[in-house]
Amino acid sequence: MGDTFPRGRVSVAGASTFGVGEMPGHSTIEMAGKAVQLALADAAINLSEVDGLFIALPDDLFAGLSLAQYLGLHPRFTDNNRAGGASFMSHLVTACMMLDAGYLDCAVIAYGANQRSSGGKLSTPARPDRWDAPYNPMYPLSFYALAAARHMHQYGTTREDLASVAVAARLWANTNPEAFAKGPLSIEDVATSRLISSPIRARDCCLVTDGAAALVLTRSDRAKDGPQPLVPVLGAAAATWYNSVTQAEDITVTAAAESGPRAMAMAGLTPDQIDTVQLYDAFTINTILFLEDLGFCPKGEGGKFVASGAIAPGGSLPVNTNGGGLSCCHPGMYGMFAMVEGVRQMRGEAANQIAGAKTALAHGNGGTLSAQATVIFGNAETV
Amino acid sequence: MNGPAAEWDAALAERRFLIQQPVGGGKAVFPPRAFAPGTGAGLEWVEASGNGTIYSATWIQRKPPEPPYNVVLVDLAEGARLMGRVEGVTPETLSIGMAVKARIIGGETPMIVFDPVEQAHG
Repeated sequence: MGDTFPRGRVSVAGASTFGVGEMPGHSTIEMAGKAVQLALADAAINLSEVDGLFIALPDDLFAGLSLAQYLGLHPRFTDNNRAGGASFMSHLVTACMMLDAGYLDCAVIAYGANQRSSGGKLSTPARPDRWDAPYNPMYPLSFYALAAARHMHQYGTTREDLASVAVAARLWANTNPEAFAKGPLSIEDVATSRLISSPIRARDCCLVTDGAAALVLTRSDRAKDGPQPLVPVLGAAAATWYNSVTQAEDITVTAAAESGPRAMAMAGLTPDQIDTVQLYDAFTINTILFLEDLGFCPKGEGGKFVASGAIAPGGSLPVNTNGGGLSCCHPGMYGMFAMVEGVRQMRGEAANQIAGAKTALAHGNGGTLSAQATVIFGNAETV
Repeated sequence: MNGPAAEWDAALAERRFLIQQPVGGGKAVFPPRAFAPGTGAGLEWVEASGNGTIYSATWIQRKPPEPPYNVVLVDLAEGARLMGRVEGVTPETLSIGMAVKARIIGGETPMIVFDPVEQAHG
């Protein structure tokens, strides 16, 4: 057994974002709480009906307890799984299983962070472990730089390939009203931006913004009577291979090579049947690694794939249609926003709507390429 | 009785670079553990040869005039990988695949660094 998943039996009934970009004067729990309120309104479900809380906050070890208190609920279950930016996809796995089993009736997944307004630095208690720390790597940037350097060495991935990821993200952001970073951005702009930890430069890095988001999940038989188009969860898998990427067997292959195929097997889909891909682009190398690992191009050819324009508006595979962490928003744990954009695409309400899209893959990354989780959403035609 | 990490620290304080190997053979293990990851096999301490190869490298920039410093991943000859720093190199001379040799520096807080190994030419 293993990997038995209730394909399509749980759906996203409500989704929201709040404070994307800048939202000064708000604490993280206030932002998450507001997102929950908006997602419940979106689903037309009363707060009192929520009986499962799933949350990760950057600054609160007991965020599940804090959210219960803030919302004034006595939930049957709280989950504060902290797999970094993949936390929320992991939350969704647990929520789907518990909803399908009848343990829960209405689950909320929430996140909020104010890292832009609270000082502009990545607010995280995460740091290098004691074996890596003596060498002063930038956390997490240098760990991704080591992966990028090896990928360039091993496969001939170029500086311009990396830059094309940031350019594609910006092109999508330019037509998304919610996106924080807009305006022209060229390959040369990215490739000549300030060097930070080679080969990673300033424009290879995700934004530092505020932002909150929430999802409301119910069994599909209830969601289909709700006000929103049905967005069933077709598959979801989390994979964890280590904490420090120092311990990767091959630093150019992430656990997405496990989570992706597992989630697609649950959904009964192959990569060519995925219509839009939302993935955690903390750095430009992430997009290349995950497109390879998830099976959208062969290992080592991600650089050529992104440089061809395939992931940009008008390309063959719409990736990060909101502008991603690179140009839409990045409050610190981006996973929630990848899922919300996937849901919007399935509803047909995304700012950069992909015509006829029936499946959306949302992929989260946590730690230093350590924890990977993949979720596949569909629309009513897929169940 | 100390755990494996503290035993490793104690050896390093005596200027010894230890790694662990599964009893009966197999790929070396680092960081130290109570048993072999993935199999649960017993482990024994061995002196690391110190010979390694650069698996990846990054140069972290600092505000001029401070020069950048490097952070590398080293594959030890015994099979384990660890983070480190290579001394006496520049972004032009440090490269992936380069042979390096471990050296212990520091007094009260010793640490392992690496030096480039001159390759025989011809």
